[in-house]
Amino acid sequence: MPKLSITNLVADYASTRVLDGISLEVENGDVTSLIGPSGSGKSTLLRVIVGLLKPSSGSIRVDGRSIDYDHADDLRAMRDQCAIVFQAYNLFQNMTALQNITIGPVKIRGRNPIEVRGEAMALLEKVGLADKAGSYPDELSGGQQQRVAIARALALRPRLLLLDEVTSALDPELVTDVLDTIRMLLRDHKITMLVVSHEMGFVRDVSSRVVFMAAGRVVEVGTPAQIFANPAEPRTRDFISKVRTL
Amino acid sequence: MEGTFAEQLREFLTYANATFLLSGMATTLVLSVSGCVIGFLAGFGLAAVRKAGGRVPWIVRALVAVIVEAFRRVPFLVTLLIVFFAFQLAGGNVSVLVVGIVSVSLIATGYLSEIVRAGLDGVHPNQWDSAIVANFTYLQTLRYVIVPQAWRVILPPAFGFFLMFIKDSALASQIGVVELTYVGKVLNNKGYTPALAFGSILVLYFVLSYPLALLGRYLELRLAQAKHH
Repeated sequence: MPKLSITNLVADYASTRVLDGISLEVENGDVTSLIGPSGSGKSTLLRVIVGLLKPSSGSIRVDGRSIDYDHADDLRAMRDQCAIVFQAYNLFQNMTALQNITIGPVKIRGRNPIEVRGEAMALLEKVGLADKAGSYPDELSGGQQQRVAIARALALRPRLLLLDEVTSALDPELVTDVLDTIRMLLRDHKITMLVVSHEMGFVRDVSSRVVFMAAGRVVEVGTPAQIFANPAEPRTRDFISKVRTL
Repeated sequence: MEGTFAEQLREFLTYANATFLLSGMATTLVLSVSGCVIGFLAGFGLAAVRKAGGRVPWIVRALVAVIVEAFRRVPFLVTLLIVFFAFQLAGGNVSVLVVGIVSVSLIATGYLSEIVRAGLDGVHPNQWDSAIVANFTYLQTLRYVIVPQAWRVILPPAFGFFLMFIKDSALASQIGVVELTYVGKVLNNKGYTPALAFGSILVLYFVLSYPLALLGRYLELRLAQAKHH
């Protein structure tokens, strides 16, 4: 059974159809990447999945169970399984790096603070920021903030991790840091991921499957080799040739 | 009462006058403090309701908006008289001090609610996103994430309001609350020179508000230094 299964998903934002009948599946343990031109609805899709935007119609299933987005218990259950890392990091500005990571597990899930703190420090170590545990977000670079945000998401022990253009807001020299962090995580943990990214080299390396989206629809789905080397659809071919010449 | 200023002063400084002035000052203090405390708590609650979006039925939010706007737009004196006559209509035997406290609380609620709301609105929306996806409830989001960041925006105008409010509580004298301004008028009517009658209440108003101004300045300074709390 797929971890995440989306069927005919439609979403409207300010009377514009942003998602126009999306269907896709994310298999357990897979890294699925969404690529496509800006405005194709990739980030919107992630925001709909975590319930920050309401879908107009269609269904989203997690482990085969349909999520009713008007139902608070359903949303809660889904968000317990699913963590998201945002493009703009969105760290809590009033908390240190360490507090950003521990607040969810301790205050929201009621876990043991000492145990959580130990795990959080281990995660900070892993993303190379153990020495920044006491720093506030505005004392960290964008790349460092994003790595804290990744650690924060992992501390929630997600069964599904969504990455929403996690390097798009970063200075070019910091992008590698963050992408290497994710690569390392994928080596050490088998986390099911749905990734929106414009970093084509990264997408090609880490993805099990690549989904090409345009204008709120899924145009083509395939392995990285198929999509990058041998795309079937003209629109995919067009997009790939453009990003390659960059 | 004729004579030099020194003679007038000697006559003015009686035990009776001193206790009269101090009791007026105490009443002003009670009005201001209850208005600020009740107004801040209620204002905070109303701001939280208005900010709650779909979590609270729209009719409740609309009602809160109407109440807040009404008490901000109606002159203080009119609110005072409305409350005064509302209590009379209700027939309860309520002291004018209670009427005064209810009035100042209503007015303070309206103003402080807007100050708090502006503070909550000033926090970046992405802070809400992060909290919501991590399953924070609305109140947990406010408590752990939004309010700690909103303080810096809320405090300066809130203290500005508190200081103004101490002076505005003088309007309660219009319905017979014997607060500081009322005491000044009575003393003047008794024949003491206006310089003494109103000069002494001026000093006492200053004594009331200056420590508050200092506290406000201290808190703002502390917030500016410790950027994150």
